[in-house]
Amino acid sequence: MVPSPRMWWRAGEGLHAGEKMNIISLYNIGYRVGGQTILDGLDLEFEKGESFVIMGRSGCGKSTLLRLIIGLIRPTSGWIEVDGRNTLNLSPQEWQAVRYQMGMVFQSAALFDSMTIYDNVAFGLRRKNLRDSEIRERVFEALKIVGLEPATALKMPSDLSGGMKKRTAIARAIAFKPPILLYDEPTTGLDPIMSDTINELIRDLQRNLGVTSIVVTHDIMSALKVADRIGLLSEGRLVELATRSELDRDRHPKLAQFMKGYSF
Amino acid sequence: MAVSKKPTWTGSLNRLGRGLFVLLFNMGEIAQLYLKSFRSLFRRTLFWENTITQMESIGVRSLPLVLIISASTGMVFSLQIAKIFATFGLTSQLGQGLTLAFARELGPVLSAVIVAGRVGSAIAAEIGSMKVTEQIEALETLSTDPIDYLVAPRIIAAGLMLPILVIFADFIGIIGGIAVAVSYANIAPTDFIDGILTWVTFWDFAGGIIKAVFFGLVIAGIGTYWGLRTENGAVGVGKATTESVVTASIIIFVLNYFLSILLYNL
Repeated sequence: MVPSPRMWWRAGEGLHAGEKMNIISLYNIGYRVGGQTILDGLDLEFEKGESFVIMGRSGCGKSTLLRLIIGLIRPTSGWIEVDGRNTLNLSPQEWQAVRYQMGMVFQSAALFDSMTIYDNVAFGLRRKNLRDSEIRERVFEALKIVGLEPATALKMPSDLSGGMKKRTAIARAIAFKPPILLYDEPTTGLDPIMSDTINELIRDLQRNLGVTSIVVTHDIMSALKVADRIGLLSEGRLVELATRSELDRDRHPKLAQFMKGYSF
Repeated sequence: MAVSKKPTWTGSLNRLGRGLFVLLFNMGEIAQLYLKSFRSLFRRTLFWENTITQMESIGVRSLPLVLIISASTGMVFSLQIAKIFATFGLTSQLGQGLTLAFARELGPVLSAVIVAGRVGSAIAAEIGSMKVTEQIEALETLSTDPIDYLVAPRIIAAGLMLPILVIFADFIGIIGGIAVAVSYANIAPTDFIDGILTWVTFWDFAGGIIKAVFFGLVIAGIGTYWGLRTENGAVGVGKATTESVVTASIIIFVLNYFLSILLYNL
């Protein structure tokens, strides 16, 4: 019997190791490159199981923040804790273990264009030395969760639409059951209906599977649909933070200004 | 009216200093790629499956082109000098001259330039397009080191396959030379072969094969380096491709000079 997505995920390994409420904590994070300050003294905590949306204008450091969290780049000041573990001085091997706790969905989907969809989704699983039968089971289950037909597995990324590519990227990210998912502009370049489908998927993964979601976007509709909390990034700092339910024009003027014209 | 600035000593020194700094920086980065690749090999984190695929792509698929160009070069070489040698009665020296030229220089350099154009550019383009479409970062997020997965397999495969290509290039080039010498200048094949056996040593071939190992490492190292540095989409991929072929070709010719001095006590 194929387990339900909820069972499949919750029963798996790689769930939150500790019971600490904050799964990721950023302390005084600074990032400078080429003499330009991208992030400047950023303190932020992400709670276990929440959906946190980071908003801000283009170039404000949103995507940089995700790359810092998953260790693609190193902060020039401050440190990051993932599940209570300081990642500042981790060896490449230790980083590999930390990265298995996170899945990342890239803005461009970043599917490996020389591989089939099956191989794309199976890629991370093969690094874990799982049995072929288990890999196959997980790949088809991940595709099912994101709403892709099993026949899609045989296709190449170039055969898919933008929305299907994004869904495949999500399937690849969830295939090894990480407790944290990072989304970089997940709805960019998609039509409103497909954007809504992706937003529903992000929300379902978070609600049904208890995944901590960190979503970077400047799509206001997307933010309002998926967020438990919304943070506004400006000039390398977090200038405003609000829960979705508290979002208020008077108490959060900068967020309101950013979302100008939208009544919440 | 625009006023042209007069070049100054300090300005020129600044530019020279900056250029040297960039050159040293690039050399340091490339050296790191080699170190990490060899570490990947010795720590057994290298992806052997990818290495074998690359050996096929770099070696087997380059073979037809290497054979055609080497045979053609051997034939032309013979065509140009066979009659002159025959006129002076130096028929056995033709075999010696052609074989030494192929074993020491033409075989390794021709093969290297062919592979730099065919494979070095493909390596830069493939890795470059992966870089600009975030696939390299995706590899890292899936706990896969791009050095183990992309860079080391190409560097190791090129270092292994180029010497094999050179063996084929030497063989077919000499055969081409003999064919033309016999048919065009009526030189006896025995004279030709006698010249080779008398004057050419094993080391002449071995030196060329050692050169090929270095050339293979240069081609793949430079290709992966420019690929990983790619920025700015399709334009960047095009630039990386061109830079990889130009840089690798220059390094091959310069390195060949010094390796010849070193290997053959010139």
